[in-house]
Amino acid sequence: MAEDSKQLIIDYVKREYLEEDSGQEVNETTKLISSGIVDSFSMVSLKMFLEKKFQIKIPDEKATPEAFDSVENIMNLLRQFITI
Amino acid sequence: MSNVGSYEERYRGFDWKMAEEDLGYGRGGIHNLAYYCSERHCESGLGGKLGLIWEGFTGEVKRFTYDDIRTYSNSFAQFFLEQGLGAGDRICLFMDRIPELYISFLGILKMGGIVQPLFSAFGEEALFTRLEDAGTKAILTTRKHLPKVRRIREQLPHLERIIVLDPDGKPPEGNEVHFAMEKAGRVDRFDMAKVDRETPSVLHYTSGTTGKPKGALHVHSSVIAQYLTTKWVLDLRPDDIYWCNADPGWVTGTSYGIIGPWVCGATQVVLDAGFGAAKWYSFIARHRVTVWYSAPTAIRLLMREGLDVVRQHDHSTLRHLCSVGEPLNAEAVIWSEKAFGRPFHDTYWQTETGSIVITNFPGMEIKPGSMGKAFPGIQATVVNPKTYEPVATPGSVGLIALKPGWPSMMRAYWNNQETYSNKFKNGWYIAGDRASIDADGYFWFVGRDDDVINTGGHLVGPFEIESALLEHKAVAESAAVGKPDPINMEVVKAFVALKPGYQPSDDLQLEIVNFIRKRLSPLAMPQEIEFVASLPKTRSGKIMRRLLRAREWGEEIGDVSTLEND
Repeated sequence: MAEDSKQLIIDYVKREYLEEDSGQEVNETTKLISSGIVDSFSMVSLKMFLEKKFQIKIPDEKATPEAFDSVENIMNLLRQFITI
Repeated sequence: MSNVGSYEERYRGFDWKMAEEDLGYGRGGIHNLAYYCSERHCESGLGGKLGLIWEGFTGEVKRFTYDDIRTYSNSFAQFFLEQGLGAGDRICLFMDRIPELYISFLGILKMGGIVQPLFSAFGEEALFTRLEDAGTKAILTTRKHLPKVRRIREQLPHLERIIVLDPDGKPPEGNEVHFAMEKAGRVDRFDMAKVDRETPSVLHYTSGTTGKPKGALHVHSSVIAQYLTTKWVLDLRPDDIYWCNADPGWVTGTSYGIIGPWVCGATQVVLDAGFGAAKWYSFIARHRVTVWYSAPTAIRLLMREGLDVVRQHDHSTLRHLCSVGEPLNAEAVIWSEKAFGRPFHDTYWQTETGSIVITNFPGMEIKPGSMGKAFPGIQATVVNPKTYEPVATPGSVGLIALKPGWPSMMRAYWNNQETYSNKFKNGWYIAGDRASIDADGYFWFVGRDDDVINTGGHLVGPFEIESALLEHKAVAESAAVGKPDPINMEVVKAFVALKPGYQPSDDLQLEIVNFIRKRLSPLAMPQEIEFVASLPKTRSGKIMRRLLRAREWGEEIGDVSTLEND
């Protein structure tokens, strides 16, 4: 379950935030916010995706740049709401 | 004692000639602003001084002296000539905040070209619109952003050269050429283009309510105002370590993220990384930043992270803080006094003004929430929106108006004389913002006078968003407005009526949001979409954005006598 969720998020980030032929790789520790792959405005669309996919509501105060800075961090955030 | 000293004394009898003499502008017939940002310091024996310390998101650090900046920018200028580029050509900078961005800016000016900086997060449609309008002849970019350029280049017949700054060893495709700055080496002597005061230098695009984005054209003598405002408002001195958060894709990032600090001979630090409170505070501590120019959105994000994280880092070197982009709320001013022991000073200006025009000066009493007072040499007031006569009563709201004539004022909107002319009424430049002036001469921001959305300090045009929305297969009609946001002041909200056969859903909302983000930019991306059956229109069929906006802000809806239905 955790591996599936992790892969789901990685695939989404690659599909939505990276150019197809950019050659950039994403894994669970890749920095997303601090590297600029996902900027602070685009975090909103990532949050929408997570809320929709995992049927949760992430409060704004928990949707911090640190919480979204890697797939690993996002998984830790999700664990506050669901069991994965 | 601050550089400005007594504001009142400076204001009285001010003449821009004093700034020219202080800078030595025009001495020896030199008007090229790039000279004042590099050569001038090297000729004064300061070539070995650090002009740029760059740090990437991985922690990699690069340092450039003023002599490095001079010789590498010469190298760019020489390369541009070899590529057949010349005076007056528009050359776009489209990359993240890497050292080449800052240094090639001067290289373009040295060659006599016009710099067209664009935010690297722009999607291909936003990029196309601006390159097409400017008739851009060359673009400098990196592999990360190259795919966007490749997708539109066939539709841009003027775009003769795509210059890739981080080649990977593969041969260039089509009209691409490779140029790796540090590998290419330095050019010690370059015969800088002879320009005069009024020669165009920088073309910055900005959004309006209607039509396509407009290119505000600036000239080389803008450096006079950028020099003096950096010195008096940011209080920058040669021994300062200065950090400006702004991206050079926007005007703050060029006027005060390249020109200002370098013309003043300071050391500027650049962090090419996304937001993170601990990361930012440790950056300040590590580089011993003394002057910091930030933005209300960033300050509010820092506020949200609390004071504990501030106290975990040494910020004792900070001596002056300023802010730009949107009104700085009183809470943020008060918070910064608690966090750093000093307030952020709000500054007000626009892409069109080229430099700060209304501001809180160092040493001046700050009224938290106020924009401050007019910069010396700037005649500013608020005018009646119908007569364009100055409003006499303190506290009365009118339109911010500036008497044209300061050095960094835009000289034109590129290929758009009509819109440019419409910005001037009764001898005043009308900024498009509403404000009041109190009995002490302090300006107080009220809001925009049009439908332009100010999100995180960046102006976004609703028309551009609505046009892009209509390109989505499910969208029949749409309206984009700003809605209140505790961090960004406003964010984009789109009202969307769907075509027959489409149903509102979370999936569709996310699809449309990402569609706009990729076509235009993350700033233009609606952070909320409300699906509606139809949009309120006037009897002539025009969508009544103001009604939708008023609803979002909980304001009076006003006159709806022209409403088609209801």
